Amino acid sequence: MTDRIAFTLNGKPVAPRADPTAPLLDVLRNTLGQTGARYGCGAELCGACMVLVDDVPAYACSREVGTVAGRVVTTVEGLAGHALIRAFLDEQAGQCGYCLSGIIVSAAALLAANPSPTRAEIAAALEPHLCRCGAHPRILRAVAKAAQMLREGAAA
Amino acid sequence: MIANTLPKSLADNPRLDRWLQFRPDGRLRVCVGKVEIGQGIVTALAQIAADELDVPLARIDMLSGDTDEAPDEGNTSGSQSIEIGGASLRMVCAEARAVFLAEAAVLLHCVPEELAVAQGAMLWLGRPTGQSYWTLAPRVSLAREATGAVAAKPRAARAVIGRSVPRLDLPAKLAGGGYVHDMALPGMRHARVLRQPRPGATLAALDEAAIRKAAGGEMEVLRSGDFVAFLADSETVARRAAVAAPAYARWEGVDTLTPAMGEAMWLRGLPADDRALGAPVAAHSGLLKHQASYSRPYVAHAALGPSCAVAWMRDGHLTIWSHVQGVYPLRQSVAGALRLDPASITVHHAHGAGCYGHNAADDAALDAAAIAQRRPGVPVRVLWQREDEFGFEPLGTAMLVRLAASLGPDGRPVDLTTEIWSGPHVGGARAAAALLATRVLPDPPPAPVPNEPSEPNPGAGTRNAVPYYDIPAHRILHHFVARPPVRTSALRGLGALPNVFALECFLDELAVFSKTDPVAYRLSLLADPRARAVVQRAAAMAGWERRGAAGSGTGLGIGFARYKNRSGYAAVVAEVVVEQAVRLTRVWCAADAGLAINPDGVVNQLEGGIVQAASFVLKEQVVLDGAGVASRNWDSYPILRFPEIPEIETVLMDGGDEPPLGVGECTMGPTAAAIGNAVAHALGARIRDMPFTRERIVAALA
Repeated sequence: MTDRIAFTLNGKPVAPRADPTAPLLDVLRNTLGQTGARYGCGAELCGACMVLVDDVPAYACSREVGTVAGRVVTTVEGLAGHALIRAFLDEQAGQCGYCLSGIIVSAAALLAANPSPTRAEIAAALEPHLCRCGAHPRILRAVAKAAQMLREGAAA
Repeated sequence: MIANTLPKSLADNPRLDRWLQFRPDGRLRVCVGKVEIGQGIVTALAQIAADELDVPLARIDMLSGDTDEAPDEGNTSGSQSIEIGGASLRMVCAEARAVFLAEAAVLLHCVPEELAVAQGAMLWLGRPTGQSYWTLAPRVSLAREATGAVAAKPRAARAVIGRSVPRLDLPAKLAGGGYVHDMALPGMRHARVLRQPRPGATLAALDEAAIRKAAGGEMEVLRSGDFVAFLADSETVARRAAVAAPAYARWEGVDTLTPAMGEAMWLRGLPADDRALGAPVAAHSGLLKHQASYSRPYVAHAALGPSCAVAWMRDGHLTIWSHVQGVYPLRQSVAGALRLDPASITVHHAHGAGCYGHNAADDAALDAAAIAQRRPGVPVRVLWQREDEFGFEPLGTAMLVRLAASLGPDGRPVDLTTEIWSGPHVGGARAAAALLATRVLPDPPPAPVPNEPSEPNPGAGTRNAVPYYDIPAHRILHHFVARPPVRTSALRGLGALPNVFALECFLDELAVFSKTDPVAYRLSLLADPRARAVVQRAAAMAGWERRGAAGSGTGLGIGFARYKNRSGYAAVVAEVVVEQAVRLTRVWCAADAGLAINPDGVVNQLEGGIVQAASFVLKEQVVLDGAGVASRNWDSYPILRFPEIPEIETVLMDGGDEPPLGVGECTMGPTAAAIGNAVAHALGARIRDMPFTRERIVAALA
């Protein structure tokens, strides 16, 4: 009952053997060794598992891996060079950090669509995400800072 | 500063080589018992070592929480990691430095006073000597006990302490790794555990065939007594088994809970150990009296990632990786529960999702250990289902606090009684017999009866119940309810949040009798200049003088506390707009942490506490119904979300050379109170019970 499921992960072709009905999250973490997407609730309620599928945020905990065949999947590991990572380090935006992978994925989608988001727009884009440590003020600042870095980079 | 007595961590682990090792590879290993639980402590401790030894941070490797190689510092809790762990490490480093300088002086035929250390190298009268900690290490033994007789560096000589050094652990976490959840050992199997729904319930039947069918892949059902685990190479299979299993398990002896049991008021009807402390009861005839009751329901730690552990039994030795608060206490509990010699168990701390007290980490670790013990040679990873995390973690207890005051002719309290009803906050909930798996493994030991002291400082249910204000007579009546309807244990600040919420709201109520402004009223009762300073600063930051009449729909409120009456000071002002719900729009905070080792880390903790306390006050309540906790995911246990986050402005007072004060918990109570007072100001009517639901807003206005 396993198939080879071919898709692009963080810019590289992969073809893991997997039960097509298994959660994308399990295949990413346990078969492909990409642990950035995390189990939080299994019910699309916390955002810890968020990944991009064809540049759109998707919950990897409920998404069946068979449905990403032929598609482009991006996890936080695929955003290693993104301004968001620099900005989150600059702002020390996190405490335990468990929520950050998913938040950065959603923030990347936001910044791709809106290069100059307001605080309210950033908060709205991160609405699907929970942070229990209360690092929200820093996270909001870090996303705004990444937007600024990208704008300045684009202008340079 | 020369200490007369060693701080607890050092008294318990006096050997210097237990803490510091200058290794042949030119690096310094610093071993500590306090662990990273999201608060940045390991970075701050590295700063202390770097500063006191004059070793670059980049040459330091931190080993934190390890029963083989790190000192035993108990649990990482109570905002004590800097106050006690940091003070210990600083003393160790000062003493080690002196030992090395003495040896260098012998070698260089000079006196130690002519020597200095820069970047780990010894200088003689400012000139290089070719010697360093590492060249001297073969000649110097740190296998000696600390004396506490060496003074730490004066403030002016500090280079690393007081700087906002970036967190050591954050880069790995932003790169997709860093947690125990991410461990992958060769041959590791994924496990899930079927939970006993309520204490005392017994497993009458389990339809294994149905569970196997639901799991849809190779899977082992491990049973020992009523302990049931599902093991599979595939995490997907193990999870599917766990999701299906409760429907195919029939338990007998499950007692039934009702929503009313989840209210703080329910505690009043339960058997309690009644204790009285403080001033004798006095009658003040003719004085104006006021009393009011405040409450908080059961709340959850609700870490974003459910509890996880990895355990591996090899050649009779059990190794556990856990995000627990204390590796040594866990080793003791696991040894007791599995009837093993503690010496045959190693616990390594590994990072987990944020920890705000005693959550299910210990239980998950015992789950993994119990399975590993029965499957030697196989590394076992246990991850709890979200529903189990909400359903079975030890909760923060409900509390009911009734305050009664007599006011003097000037409107200030002359006599105050604090009456508290509370379940356990500590009370032995980490003991082997209190952990979940122990209850269902064969021959369970009798469950311990929780107990905890009533002494108020630091206290548990009584924490911060003694006012930091000048009130001539104060007493505490503590009704300790040892057996509330659900298992409870330590949650960030223990009783401090409900007690500070109650006292600080009550002060605002008392101020009304003399028509005194709440800030002025507090200042008239506060002698400690550092306390006065944070109150005044927070009020100034918020533009307190613009505060108008009550009942406009917009409110400004203040709350103050010195955590445990001896730790960090915090004053918080909250601004709210109340319509259908409470909208927290802005928060200002002034805090005094003494010497802040890492100021940015301190601010992160202060603000995290503000957001978390706001979430508790505005949103959170564990729902009890049927066979236990009914609020099993984030839809039934909502917390504050990004669009609801206020603008927060925080100022850290210049702590000068005052000793560092713990800050991990100090904003919780003041924030809860500030919101309570701001809502009362907005409505012109007070809500005294958390959380501030729409129903309570409507009821307050009725």
